[in-house]
Amino acid sequence: MDDKTVLRLEGITKKFPGVKALDSVDLTVERGEVHAIVGENGAGKSTLMNILSGVYMPDDGRIYYMGREVHLRNPRQAQDLGISMIHQELSLASHLSVMENVFIGRLKRNSFGLVDFRRMRRECEEQLGCLGIESISPNQKVGDLSVSQRQFVEITKALSINAKLLVMDEPTSSLTLTETEMLLAVMRSLKASGVSILFISHRLEEVFEVSDRITVLRDGCHVRTMPKAETDTNEVVSLMVGREIEHVLKRDHRKYVPEEKAVLEVRNLTSGTLLKNVSFKMYRGEVLALTGLVGSGRTELVQSLFGLEKIESGEILIDGTSRQISSPCDAIDLGFGLVPEGRKDQGLFLEMSVKENITIAHLPAMSRALMLNVKQEKKVTGEYIDILNIRTPSMNQQVKFLSGGNQQKAIIARWLLNKPRILFLDEPTHGVDIGAKMEIYRIIDDLAGRGVSVLFISSELPEVLALADRILVMHEGRIAKELSREEASQEVIMQYAIS
Amino acid sequence: MNDRIENGVTKGEKNRALIFLKALATRKEFSVFAALVLLCVVVSFLSPYFLTVKNIFNVFRQFSIIGILAVGEALIIITGGIDLSVGSLVGLSGIMAGVFVNNGASPVAVFFLVIACGCAFGSVNGLLVTRIGINPFIATLGMLSIARGSALLITGGLPVSVESAINFFGDGYVGPVPFSAIIMLIVAVLGQVFATRTLPGRNVFAIGNNERAAKLSGIRVERMKMMVFMIMGGLCALCGIILTGTLSSAEATAGTGYELDVVAAVVMGGASLSGGIGSIPGVIFGAALMGVLRNGFVLMGVSAYWQIVAIGVVIIAAVSLDSLSTKRKGS
Repeated sequence: MDDKTVLRLEGITKKFPGVKALDSVDLTVERGEVHAIVGENGAGKSTLMNILSGVYMPDDGRIYYMGREVHLRNPRQAQDLGISMIHQELSLASHLSVMENVFIGRLKRNSFGLVDFRRMRRECEEQLGCLGIESISPNQKVGDLSVSQRQFVEITKALSINAKLLVMDEPTSSLTLTETEMLLAVMRSLKASGVSILFISHRLEEVFEVSDRITVLRDGCHVRTMPKAETDTNEVVSLMVGREIEHVLKRDHRKYVPEEKAVLEVRNLTSGTLLKNVSFKMYRGEVLALTGLVGSGRTELVQSLFGLEKIESGEILIDGTSRQISSPCDAIDLGFGLVPEGRKDQGLFLEMSVKENITIAHLPAMSRALMLNVKQEKKVTGEYIDILNIRTPSMNQQVKFLSGGNQQKAIIARWLLNKPRILFLDEPTHGVDIGAKMEIYRIIDDLAGRGVSVLFISSELPEVLALADRILVMHEGRIAKELSREEASQEVIMQYAIS
Repeated sequence: MNDRIENGVTKGEKNRALIFLKALATRKEFSVFAALVLLCVVVSFLSPYFLTVKNIFNVFRQFSIIGILAVGEALIIITGGIDLSVGSLVGLSGIMAGVFVNNGASPVAVFFLVIACGCAFGSVNGLLVTRIGINPFIATLGMLSIARGSALLITGGLPVSVESAINFFGDGYVGPVPFSAIIMLIVAVLGQVFATRTLPGRNVFAIGNNERAAKLSGIRVERMKMMVFMIMGGLCALCGIILTGTLSSAEATAGTGYELDVVAAVVMGGASLSGGIGSIPGVIFGAALMGVLRNGFVLMGVSAYWQIVAIGVVIIAAVSLDSLSTKRKGS
């Protein structure tokens, strides 16, 4: 091993009950290299990252770091060696200031043994300066920062402990376009200063933009490592899924007739601090996309319609009749369904089985005098596991062991059981691999074909353009523009989303 | 698609027996059951008197109150809450039973009146938690003090002698079996059916797992929480009647410190204090474990003061073992 190599993994194997998450994986990372790890959900990327950052111990295999074999028993030890992990779910204390977070656990002290805020502020400013970040002040509370700014704080924290290897898990998944560009710029400057970066991403454009080498994992196995210059997106995608897959969904788009009666009509809806005067219509069997920047009120709109936020003024009409929706129960009774954003926060019952997760909203219909009909529950669950092709060893498996895509399909199944007339999907393909994405697209297409009106929120414009019959663009709590499929293009949508 | 069905269903059914055994061994209530059996073996060696029919039923009688309360507490803890007022509510319910009896109410009337009052107190806990949004720990801690104080105020601190047929709940036997043990088994079976086979039972688990997701799935979260606190209040009243019957007298300080035993039984039975996980058989085993332990100490003549210390040690040890083994599995 030459001294250019920062990290070398040999035969890393990790088993979980029922799954071999990693099977004899080899990997090297060079000094000053950006090395991307790609693969479908469940390919073993996160497990690998967790082993590197000391969260899991491998069952087999060796880790060499800076030429010496190391055993990473806990995150602290990995950190002391100079391996820092920037987690998907950021791990900052939101009530503390930026500098306190950066120096957490090793606060600077003055000669009286008290915390030396002045010195911390200065060093923190220097670090931020090195990264070219000017928008963050060391005194700000982390809770007031945006997601991308928090990520920068994490990176600053890692650098202040002399990290030589940064491990980044889906760093851009919740960033806007501009924020992503900033992050990529920071990654490039880190690379220039000799820091190595190992990063996971589902967004191949970024992978190709920033990385030097790309490693593809599939089903826990190392498939291939390639220099970026010697490969392209198509090859990477087919290596990831192990087969040729179609990239784009072709669906028969639906055209509504203007004089047609709307299934759902929203008139001048105002709610919370954000939504102002929102009006739109939805027709039978239509796929309507709701897009705009993160924070433009898309989620709030859907959640208001689902009875989660108090509606201050405005009217909701179902089939032309005005209706009150003051709780999710009301919404469900009217034939609504909602697949919320944030599977783990708002969707899943992690400790419960796949079956219990699927049937939870449909139980009232499956019970008599409050007693559950267990047989029917099993039968129906089995049917939907089949229809949606949910991959699970058994319907009694705890849902937390499923991959992201299959978890998402389980939540979609939950609503399909109710045979909804109107289905809201909030970022349904967020953090889902390409294979599952296509399946979700097909489910949406199929639902629309059967007369269900689908409203989906998405930030991924190619997805919006491929799926939607009509597009609503939101900006600062208002609907900035309604676009027909023919009028829409990425540029037009962005233009309305920004101004 | 066909081969997947085979994996999911057909093959699964072939191995059903094996899966069942495996599931049994990995279930949390299994470890507390194993501990219970082990403890019984140890105590029976140390004291030949332990395994006599009379003593066994005596143990049942002793832990039946904790067992009944633990069923209610388990439901609350599974929703992610906690109720610390159980001991005081048992005491207050006992006093109310005594007062109703001494004012000439018939045993049947006394029974229903006391249960209704218990449910009412439980509902107050529930209202504080759901409507006002007080943390259940604090709300029920307040109720603990209010109920105990009220019991003392009503009696002036003096015991109330109770002579009534309702004492059968506490001192009655059906053949050799204490009536209170029978009640506990009935409560446990009903609790198990409620938790695993009913709509509200499933909802209780869902709420503890993810309250937000439960709400989004159309579960009336606040109503469910009210319900579990009300059930708990009713069970406290039932135990108040049993305890008064056992002593033929109601005392304002009866039931002091029960919350510790009850929460310990629930946690030893495999429930998680962060909600979402737990089982009724588990908590009954947990309560039995505490009962056998206390009985063993008495049989061996251990000082009552040492017993209190030992119980604390056992609780901490049991939960530590559990949390250490989960940690190891996780890494």
